[in-house]
Amino acid sequence: MEPILQIKNLTHTYGVGTPFQRSAVEDMTFDVYQGEFLGIIGHTGSGKSTLIQHLNGLLKPTSGQVLLSGKDIWAEPKKIRDVRFRVGLVFQYPEYQLFEETVYKDIAFGPINMGKTGEELDRCIRESARLVGIRDDQLEKSPFELSGGQKRRVALAGVLAMEPEVLILDEPTAGLDPAGRENLMANIRDFHRNRHTTVILVSHSMDEIAQNVDRILVLKSAHVLMSGTPAEVFARADELMTAGLDVPQVTRIAMALKARGLDINPAVYTVDALEQELLALRKGGAAC
Amino acid sequence: MPTMIETSSLRFAYPADEGGQPVFALRGVDLKIEKGSFVVVLGHNGSGKSTLAKTFNAVLLPAGGKVYVEGMDTLDESLLLAIRQRVGMVFQNPDNQIVANVVEEDVAFAPENLGVPSEEIRQRVDNALKAVDMYEFVTHAPHLLSGGQKQRIAIAGVIAMEPDCIVLDEATAMLDPIGRQEVLSTIHRLNREKGITVILITHHMNEAEDADRVIVMDDGKVAMDGTPKEVFTQVDHLRAMGLTAPDTVDLLDRLRKDGLDVPLDALTVEECADAITRAVAGN
Amino acid sequence: MLKDITLGQYFPGNTVAHKLDPRTKILLVVLYIVALFCAKSLLTYGLMALCLAVCVRISRVGVKQLVRGLKPVLVIIIFTGILNLFFTPGDRYIFEWGFLHVSDTGLRSAVFMVLRIMLLIMGTFLMTYTTSPISLTDGLERLLNGLKKLHVPVHELAMMMSIALRFIPTLIEETDKIMSAQKARGADFESGNLIQKAKALIPILVPLFISAFRRADELATAMECRCYHGGEGRTKLHVLKYQRRDYIALTAGVLVVTAVLVLRHFGL
Repeated sequence: MEPILQIKNLTHTYGVGTPFQRSAVEDMTFDVYQGEFLGIIGHTGSGKSTLIQHLNGLLKPTSGQVLLSGKDIWAEPKKIRDVRFRVGLVFQYPEYQLFEETVYKDIAFGPINMGKTGEELDRCIRESARLVGIRDDQLEKSPFELSGGQKRRVALAGVLAMEPEVLILDEPTAGLDPAGRENLMANIRDFHRNRHTTVILVSHSMDEIAQNVDRILVLKSAHVLMSGTPAEVFARADELMTAGLDVPQVTRIAMALKARGLDINPAVYTVDALEQELLALRKGGAAC
Repeated sequence: MPTMIETSSLRFAYPADEGGQPVFALRGVDLKIEKGSFVVVLGHNGSGKSTLAKTFNAVLLPAGGKVYVEGMDTLDESLLLAIRQRVGMVFQNPDNQIVANVVEEDVAFAPENLGVPSEEIRQRVDNALKAVDMYEFVTHAPHLLSGGQKQRIAIAGVIAMEPDCIVLDEATAMLDPIGRQEVLSTIHRLNREKGITVILITHHMNEAEDADRVIVMDDGKVAMDGTPKEVFTQVDHLRAMGLTAPDTVDLLDRLRKDGLDVPLDALTVEECADAITRAVAGN
Repeated sequence: MLKDITLGQYFPGNTVAHKLDPRTKILLVVLYIVALFCAKSLLTYGLMALCLAVCVRISRVGVKQLVRGLKPVLVIIIFTGILNLFFTPGDRYIFEWGFLHVSDTGLRSAVFMVLRIMLLIMGTFLMTYTTSPISLTDGLERLLNGLKKLHVPVHELAMMMSIALRFIPTLIEETDKIMSAQKARGADFESGNLIQKAKALIPILVPLFISAFRRADELATAMECRCYHGGEGRTKLHVLKYQRRDYIALTAGVLVVTAVLVLRHFGL
């Protein structure tokens, strides 16, 4: 697989030369592959937010590089806006950045900044609205009349409308209720599947990460602690827990079963997988 | 046990947009909340759970029916301060409920309003900050604290009123897992040690595991009401209301449908593992 | 960037200057300003500069920080200096070029004017550097308490001021966040002419205002829930009480003003 983003020895230090100097990101190196669904997990203060703002050039590395399709994004600082169009970033609580009179106009902000006009502009607005489940008749409404969950969808559509090659989502479901969370994640999964866009999901919720991503990057105090498939990462559940991170509830049940002497893979992370494990165990047991 | 809060056929409507019908958020709620209990109120967005919470200390007044706080009618304006002193509220956004830019000044805000003498305010502030384990931050600026710490300051600000009940209106929704844990363990301790009634409004199912009672709101009414075990074992009913059962119950439910003899009401990871081990061993 | 603003910044400390009652400090600044405006000669200006130097020394505030406070008003200082320098008529002209001329009185008043503004600003900054905003508002409220009889809403004004101070860092942080979010959607705040730049601010200002109103609304509810019902019957955690040091400081302040007035009377 081709890497679309390469992060090389990235370091970001705040307050250089002051008594408050501190590195939020320190010597991080990893690749993000074309078309993958990557999850990033870590505590508040682990460097997640600082890291993702480097991927679209909102922050400039203190040292190290970010390569997009093999090219350093800061090679031509004047063209940094193009990087922001190619790497879309949806911030936490994005509904607080809505400002236009209508939903349609708000979604149009990004694409217009890109220079899109006419039918092309109209197409990408309507398509991205549809992707996040905004109905056509809602497009002419004021975004401030919508419910909290709908506002968030509009904000998401505003970034999708730029048709980025990489989509970064910072805690997209924070504050939503379970149904809202699941609906939004389903939209994002569909988008990923249909467009083959690379998606990076930043989340506090191990359960949410486990159920959606192909690969997980675990951050801890400005460094990459682990990286691998969910099964690989949850196989090291003990390490995660000592690092103060959550483990999906299902994994904890599997670990507890294993500790009770059942022959079970403790790295399962979906209810489905654990059910299958247990059924297989029963069959095996019955055959004996 | 004496009653902390009682509602009888409580109704509430938000004013309508121009020309529209008023939106009923509560349509007949009858509840009795016992003193000293830990109650979790669940429900999807728009189920009326936050509206209900706001009627408990007269931020919202009933459009029909009554709310009694320790027997005091919230519609009686002369009792307003007494009611608000008894029932403290902690809200969702930690930034929007901190009044002062020094921690101790913020915690002192409510007792100052109540006209408590200065020396006693000092004591109350110190005790409240110790109760939420934030005493070392007494002279800090709140905006530099983490979300979980800010919410604990907000809780301290409520405790300084010496209330009998604390209502947390989605107070954990904006926090990360660590912050959420800090807040939960703080309110559980306050409930246990000081006997303060806690009403926790949330949509995180797992916060309800240790509650005495779980109330599920749907469409402005109480849809389910019982112990966590009684409520969470009704997997299909929960799903129909846009909520999900904990993974433990979900797994047990599936295993039962697969023909395994497991109970449904093993909520915690340990209980669940025990139940499954027993069932598999029994085979 | 936005976080670097030093708006009435407070440097915590434990010196006498920090411990003085905020009312004392406000009164001292008032006395200091009166004295400054009465000063007319090199001698009295020297006296004022000496007073400031002594206060700075006591408060242990760095001279660097104090001078940094002058930066935002540098333009005004230079402008005033130039105006006074070139446009004050006098008996004797030191320098003439076209309509520009520098008279001896002009030079004198320019120097004094610049000195006066600098001393004024540094003196006031010294107060904000050594007094937390909250005790400053507290002091103001107590000083103006008498105005309540004239139906001036002193408590409400003080409350508004302290809440504004409380929310400045929050709103600055929020502005940063909104700017980043709009930049991520390709907003461009740097290029273009003045009108384009002003237009580019709309995507920041609209969300910022909406959020400020939302915050105000939620804060009002939260305050009511904590039994806020105006200033009536309110007590305070910290009660302001004049100490011996306050009387000493105020006496010193009055003495300096008297000295300046006496010197002025004798034409000095």
